[in-house]
Amino acid sequence: MAPSDNAIEAGANISLELRVNGELHAVSVPVHKTLLEVLREDIGLTGTKHGCELGECGTCTVLVDGQPVLSCLALPAVLEGHDVTTVEGLESADGLHPLQQTFVELGAAQCGYCTPGFVLAAKALLEKNSQPSRTEIETALGGNLCRCTGYLKIYEAVELAAARMRGEPAEPTREMLYGAG
Amino acid sequence: MAPVKTPPRKAPTEDRLRVVGTSLPKVDAVAKVTGRTKFADDLFLPRMLHCRMLRSTTPHAEIVSIDTQRAEEHPGVVAVLVGSDLPTPYGILPVSQDEHALCIDKVRFIGDPVAAVAAIDEETAFEACELIEVEYAPLDSVVDIADALDGDDPAIHSYGDAHNVHKAIALEFGDVETGLAEADLVQEDLLFYEGSTHLPMEQHAALADYRPDDRLTLWSSSQTPHYVHRALATVLEMAPSRIRVIATPNGGGFGGKSDPFNHEIVVAELSRRTGRPVKICLNREEVFYCHRGRHPTLMWIKTGFKQDGSITGMHFRSFLDGGAYGSYGVASTYYTGALQTVTYPVAAYKFEGLRVFTNKPPCGPKRGHGTPQPRFALEVHIDKAAEKLGLDPARMRLDHLVEPDSVTANYLKIGSMGLGACIEKVVAESGWNDRYGKLPEGKGLGLACGSYISGAGLPIYWNNMPHSGVQLKLDRGGGVTVFCGSTEIGQGSDSVLAYVVAEVLGIDPFEIDIVTADTSLTPVDLGSYSSRVTLMTGNAALQAAERARELLVRSVAEKWDMPGVRVAMADGQVFDVQDPDCTMTFAEAVVLAESKFGTIGTVGSYTPPRSPGRYRGAGVGPSPAYSYSATVAEVSVDVDTGETHVDDVWIAHDIGQAINPVVAIGQVEGSVYMGLGEALMEEMTYRGNRNIVHHHPSMLEYKSPTTHEMCRVHTYLIEDPDPNGPFGAKEVGQGPLLPIPPAIVNGVYDAVGARVDEVPVTPQKVLAALKRRAKQEEPREGPKKAPEFDWPDAIQVPPPWAGGDGRALDERREIGGGGVRT
Repeated sequence: MAPSDNAIEAGANISLELRVNGELHAVSVPVHKTLLEVLREDIGLTGTKHGCELGECGTCTVLVDGQPVLSCLALPAVLEGHDVTTVEGLESADGLHPLQQTFVELGAAQCGYCTPGFVLAAKALLEKNSQPSRTEIETALGGNLCRCTGYLKIYEAVELAAARMRGEPAEPTREMLYGAG
Repeated sequence: MAPVKTPPRKAPTEDRLRVVGTSLPKVDAVAKVTGRTKFADDLFLPRMLHCRMLRSTTPHAEIVSIDTQRAEEHPGVVAVLVGSDLPTPYGILPVSQDEHALCIDKVRFIGDPVAAVAAIDEETAFEACELIEVEYAPLDSVVDIADALDGDDPAIHSYGDAHNVHKAIALEFGDVETGLAEADLVQEDLLFYEGSTHLPMEQHAALADYRPDDRLTLWSSSQTPHYVHRALATVLEMAPSRIRVIATPNGGGFGGKSDPFNHEIVVAELSRRTGRPVKICLNREEVFYCHRGRHPTLMWIKTGFKQDGSITGMHFRSFLDGGAYGSYGVASTYYTGALQTVTYPVAAYKFEGLRVFTNKPPCGPKRGHGTPQPRFALEVHIDKAAEKLGLDPARMRLDHLVEPDSVTANYLKIGSMGLGACIEKVVAESGWNDRYGKLPEGKGLGLACGSYISGAGLPIYWNNMPHSGVQLKLDRGGGVTVFCGSTEIGQGSDSVLAYVVAEVLGIDPFEIDIVTADTSLTPVDLGSYSSRVTLMTGNAALQAAERARELLVRSVAEKWDMPGVRVAMADGQVFDVQDPDCTMTFAEAVVLAESKFGTIGTVGSYTPPRSPGRYRGAGVGPSPAYSYSATVAEVSVDVDTGETHVDDVWIAHDIGQAINPVVAIGQVEGSVYMGLGEALMEEMTYRGNRNIVHHHPSMLEYKSPTTHEMCRVHTYLIEDPDPNGPFGAKEVGQGPLLPIPPAIVNGVYDAVGARVDEVPVTPQKVLAALKRRAKQEEPREGPKKAPEFDWPDAIQVPPPWAGGDGRALDERREIGGGGVRT
């Protein structure tokens, strides 16, 4: 292939530093390799999943500077200097993120494949809105598809985590755990 | 890291159950919410190659030639496979071994794999596929059921009952004509249930690693590692003992990952040829072509009702569009005629069903496997009959429920039967009696019921071995490990094993190690399908745990010099019931038992009871227990746009005993969601011309409910323990889906008087029915005519109340059905 003067030669790698979960990762990747692929294959963070790789299902959601982004459509080349947060970055030394805790308590993760995307999208919502209504939660999570749960336990988990993050003593209700009775 | 905060468990008091029946987190929940769970595509091995498959671009053609030369020479390509490299056929059912890893002589649908490449990376493999030249000689394609029956297209397969009719079934239980003659009302209906696909969020992926000492390991996102193991041994001609199949946690299965698949066999062979690990991950479009989803099904039903609503005779016909290969299709076809008799007594019953081959991705089992379609037809049909008889749809059903511990006309043995309690609960909670038929125009209530099996009573391949096996290892440190072949697909199967063993041994389920779905490490379990896992692995785990408990109790009783009956186990302690201060830890008890008996390991297994049916086809439908569900759906229909929105669903599910209520509720809500999707929008459809190109093989165009379309769900778990279930537990993973589509369609009729006899009930169909209503015509939209077919003579099987013994009249010697079960 005759290399044209300004184009990056096809297949040539570009080197860049990505800040993921607060840590810098130097990578050398083809320019067209997506953030999703770089996270999973080059940085080894396989917590970010893919459902379509076409920006249609929300499974690959990560946070860039706190905002939900579809990593299958994002190119690392434009993300240098930005903060990428993946599901692996939600835990801390003193345990699970409140959203992870309520997803565990309410069975809001069934197969768990869409869960990383949902938890991150919900985290971004709660940072903007500490007491979202059910409709606001539906809208914020409307871009994330799930085939197992029917979304209801996810709503309850977000609402319960939001209450705890507001400092309220919140526990699952009897109906959440045992049904409408 | 702080331990998971779990709700306090009950103290070791006298109440019988301490773990079972308590809502607890799942044992794999923390791994899943932190991204630690390793799904198939998360696995990487050194020197790993990547595989892509070349798929047919034409629906029906002979393969004239395949030229892989340029692909083989492409830099970075290590191996190329074509059909002739793997000539041995396979298939999930013994009666339809009609698939090859890669097509050999002809392709049968757009997406049928014809070649595979292993290369240093996925991109290179993709480029190499583009360099493979395949010459096709196109054949006329078979588009749908009517096209398959008109016989003027070439046969897709060289087997089957008649040309493109893969399977034709005719069974009669009692004299239906007499039954219809005695009826006050004979209701006849024609309904259609569109095909849909599982759409699991995780695309299929598999990783094969063949070692020079002739040992193969395959990791795969599969619901049935045992069947994949058998297929690999057959096709690769390897001893099963040299093959290890590990089913990674499925990112959703719903039946879509329960066949042995082309890509699994291909990566195994490529690894054998290259001596290197080979991985494949299907892209989303390929997942649509894998399919094995819901059969599009046309159904004709004719039933005789007495004025009181009882059923004197029912004649049911189903026409299934099977797609290009057999898959589970023969079983699916039998299932469309099996469960019509397990809810309301049917005095005489005739079932005729056929499955055709068409040039489309093969259909198979999707949640409910062949029973949501006929249940939809039956529950809409009954709603119409109730209206003509002037009976309330709920009362009509309540007055005619099958008896618990009874046998149906087609010889299905009913155990516990809680449908009455379910109907009464949703009628009360939804305000049915004061609101049905009385809501303002555009708002309506629809009621429907359903029943489903708690696991198929017979295995897929004929054998007398247990369906599920469990091994327990007890460690002197107090640790317990459960080994079972069951597969975690998001339904909580790993957790059920932990809860059952924890209940029997009185220990903390979160301290139990679970090792599953590994054909080298775990005893056989047939897999996650037909809602069998809780009942069958639960019973196997129960037996293994009780055997372990007995060893501990005997050891402790001997030490404390007391009868074993005084030794109790709870909350990690062993104590004397007559003196709770006399205790030792569970670990100490294990040390005692190990000192007395040697290393402590126990096994448990489960085989379902034999079913009374002895006729050919009796193998599909039997189950150790049947769950029941009743639902009321409240819908809003916009008469201008025809759009239907489901506002609320009240659903009561007879689960026998919930092992973990919050997880059971999740299964109910997930079933309602999937039923809602099929009722309102999901369509696996193809462009109308001979090319049969899939309409929308993508997550965006293939409509599935988002957060905006999902309805509120009020779930009621009805508990009346069934003696055949562990602690009385029955299934909940698939049954609650069945009543949702008919309840929604019945609700649309109550809302705007539009009878749409097919799903999805799209806006266009509602508007078409409303247009007819405006012109005083019958306000119905639905299939017009059932195709003609020369049905075989029905096998005559007198029902139990007509002196029958489960055998067919003219085949008295026929035993146990034709090897077809699932």
